[in-house]
Amino acid sequence: MDLLLPDSGLLIYQLVGFVILLFVLGKFAWKPILAGLKEREETIESALLAAEQAKNEMQALQADNEKLLKEARAERDSILKEALTVASTIKEEAKTETSKITARMIEDAKAVIENEKKAALTDVKVLVARLSLEITEKLLRKELADQSAQKELIDGLVKDLNLN
Amino acid sequence: MRLPKMNTSKILMISLLMALFSVSGLNNLRASSDSDGEEKAAGGTDFIMHHITDAHEWHLITLGHTHVTIPLPVIIYDYEEGIKVHMSSAFVDADHNPIEVDGYMLEHGKLHSTNQAEFMDLSITKNVASLIISIVVLSLVFITVAKRYKKGVSAPKGIQSFFEPIIVFVRDDIAKTNIGHKYERFMPYLLTLFFFILFNNLLGLTPGAANLTGNIAVTMTLALITFIITNVNGRKAYWMHILWTPGVPLPVRPVILIVEIIGIFTKPISLMLRLFASITAGHIVVLSIVGLGFILQSVAVGVVGTLFSTVILIIEIVVALIQAYVFTLFSSMYIGQAVDDGHH
Repeated sequence: MDLLLPDSGLLIYQLVGFVILLFVLGKFAWKPILAGLKEREETIESALLAAEQAKNEMQALQADNEKLLKEARAERDSILKEALTVASTIKEEAKTETSKITARMIEDAKAVIENEKKAALTDVKVLVARLSLEITEKLLRKELADQSAQKELIDGLVKDLNLN
Repeated sequence: MRLPKMNTSKILMISLLMALFSVSGLNNLRASSDSDGEEKAAGGTDFIMHHITDAHEWHLITLGHTHVTIPLPVIIYDYEEGIKVHMSSAFVDADHNPIEVDGYMLEHGKLHSTNQAEFMDLSITKNVASLIISIVVLSLVFITVAKRYKKGVSAPKGIQSFFEPIIVFVRDDIAKTNIGHKYERFMPYLLTLFFFILFNNLLGLTPGAANLTGNIAVTMTLALITFIITNVNGRKAYWMHILWTPGVPLPVRPVILIVEIIGIFTKPISLMLRLFASITAGHIVVLSIVGLGFILQSVAVGVVGTLFSTVILIIEIVVALIQAYVFTLFSSMYIGQAVDDGHH
């Protein structure tokens, strides 16, 4: 049963040796290794997190772009539509305006013509009256040389007047 | 915490079976050789004991009648005459018979004084030499590994990528799960413990090497350190649990107190015995099977025995890993119980 009896020498060496190993490794190996591992894990974690964030941002940006594009398209469409409506309205208006102007011009022309006609007729009437008067004067000068003739004419004229 | 316990119980079963097997193997060795006479029976067990016990010289190989050994210093602390240092080769004459040197004789691997002087054997034995080698190798390996980490954040490379998963395993699956958030303080001890046991378990399997972790003095020291760390770091909850277990009827408490106080000591003793027994048992099994061919003087048995011992050696490599894991796991469990703040 030698196996179960610990040797004091080995016990001492093992204790001293293990404690030395513990201090050497603890100071020069485990400390930097564990710190390095921790640091690397943190770096990886933060890098992954940043990547995820960037991805999300990208997605948001893309969605934004899509939205903007959609809006722009809709705006363009509405502007076009509006422009078309405006154009057609303008055309319509121009048409009505033109027809109105035309109508008025025709009317004006008609009125001018009417006036000119009236003026011309008046001129003719005046001319006729003057001519008539001149003729009548001439006639009267010849005919009304005597008194009876004059009286006869006046009576006749008065008669005509009454009839009128 | 449940799962590793299950595993360890399995491991314990395996080691127990192996131990039983080794004992029966040893008995077979004795029984079979009894018929051949007393001399051979003694030779059979001596051959095994010689391999698993400590020695004052490093025996490598025996060719015919020539022993190839590395002499080691024998250091004697004589309580009256002080320290005496001689090489182990000085204690034998040309025919390998023990001779007296400076009032001491080295017989059957034990040092004794010829004039009944009180002394302490502080020799650099085979195990001590192996211990020094393992300390140097472990220091060199892990300081080399640590150099890579000092250069800042980078991907693991070379020797670093071999050890890093093991270090991370010890940290995450042994320390963190059993100790909790206070694990960092105990990491240096647990890592040193794990790699010391693992390295020496594996080294012990190589031919000609010392059987360090199969030595009770070594496992006792390791268990003692775990015992000290556990009880020095014991929190209020831990001592309360031992001295005045809460949630137990008053009359039962004194009984529990006795059981718990015994428990403080059985924990490190179980650590000590488990590692010692499983490693020693494994060595005995391999050596018994190898020795069978020589005892029975049969080539056929020798061939089969060698093949079978190879299988056992492969199992031994697994056991070497498992025992390193188990010792570290239980140490961290005991530490975990001690540092727990008691929020059950």
